[in-house]
Amino acid sequence: MTLLTSVEMARFVARGFLRFDAAVPDDINAQFMAEAGAAPDAADGRRVMAVYAQTLAGSAIAEAPPGRPLADTYPADSALGRLLALPRVAGAFRSLLGEAPVFDHHFLHITFPPSYHEAGGGENVSQHTHQDSTIDPRLRFDVQLMYYPHEVTLEMGGTRFVPGTHLRKVSEVAIGRYQNIRGQQHMVCPAGTLLFLHHGLWHGGGVNRSDRTRYMFKIRAHASGSQVRQWDARDLNGGPAHRPIFFRKSLPEPDTVETILMASEPWFEQDTGRLEYVNRVKLWRYVTGDTDYDADYWMTRLENVGA
Amino acid sequence: MRRQKVLVLYLANSALDAPTVAWSVYDGAGEALRMAGDQDQPPYPTGLAALKDGWRLFQASQLNPHARGEEFDLAYLKYEFWFEQLVEVAS
Repeated sequence: MTLLTSVEMARFVARGFLRFDAAVPDDINAQFMAEAGAAPDAADGRRVMAVYAQTLAGSAIAEAPPGRPLADTYPADSALGRLLALPRVAGAFRSLLGEAPVFDHHFLHITFPPSYHEAGGGENVSQHTHQDSTIDPRLRFDVQLMYYPHEVTLEMGGTRFVPGTHLRKVSEVAIGRYQNIRGQQHMVCPAGTLLFLHHGLWHGGGVNRSDRTRYMFKIRAHASGSQVRQWDARDLNGGPAHRPIFFRKSLPEPDTVETILMASEPWFEQDTGRLEYVNRVKLWRYVTGDTDYDADYWMTRLENVGA
Repeated sequence: MRRQKVLVLYLANSALDAPTVAWSVYDGAGEALRMAGDQDQPPYPTGLAALKDGWRLFQASQLNPHARGEEFDLAYLKYEFWFEQLVEVAS
């Protein structure tokens, strides 16, 4: 399997996602589309939720109860079984969740084009921004894999997400009030693209203004054991000497763990952005097992409380 | 008839002339259907710019002390400013 590098792991800790474009071969994408099942055509008076229910009922993808090993969730010769066996996918799950990840749930997300809403009498709007599940104060994290089995254009309303929001402890769609956030990204991608998300990342489905139905499959899984140093940490070289802070005469070296963890997002507030750094350091301590780790002195300063 | 348009700006600090980091628009006049993810650049660079364009501020978030033990917990955006415009629409 292809384990993540420390740089990739730091990016996940800092921004809450990893994206791999066209990581799934075309034959698996085609098999998935056949197994998922196509939504029936729009028809006058047929509401979108009814179309949804009919599509799920006719899908060859089986229901699966939570709590089973992820490795046992799908038949090995099914599209999803083959996808999970891809070295990149198996390696990412192993790196993020350790040995023997556990299946939580999956779902076939379908975003319908305008004709379905016109026929069913509903409004064609995007999904409110939200954080999945419910308030989750853990440092330990689950992973959500979003799989895009076909090309997604901007008009098709791919998943919208906001990098770096995963460490905020909010209550699901309580954040629906925020229509737009600086730095938000929209998934426009080739077929077979994968997005691995920290469970806390803020996201929502886009509005589909194209004439094609959009499909996305999500799998949530959690760790069964340790999440410490499960990636290829050979490029992690000991404890870093603290680099100069604030008064700097040159740009920091790119692609170091510290540079990645200390990079701001466009939506950061000026004061709480610093708390984001503190929380990233705490998460890096968790995944490395290095309880003394610090970047740019944020934790060292706070932990200097005297004897 | 009068209808209300609402603009919500989330700023980078508690000053009204701080940069916009997030925003929402709700159009009670029904001229535009606004929704999540429909605009990647803010309509105003700061709250002050919205005032200069005729928006009327009617609410701003308070500055609350941080609860002991929860100083580093982050949740919702902190600097929220609500603006309105009242517009005439055909009856």
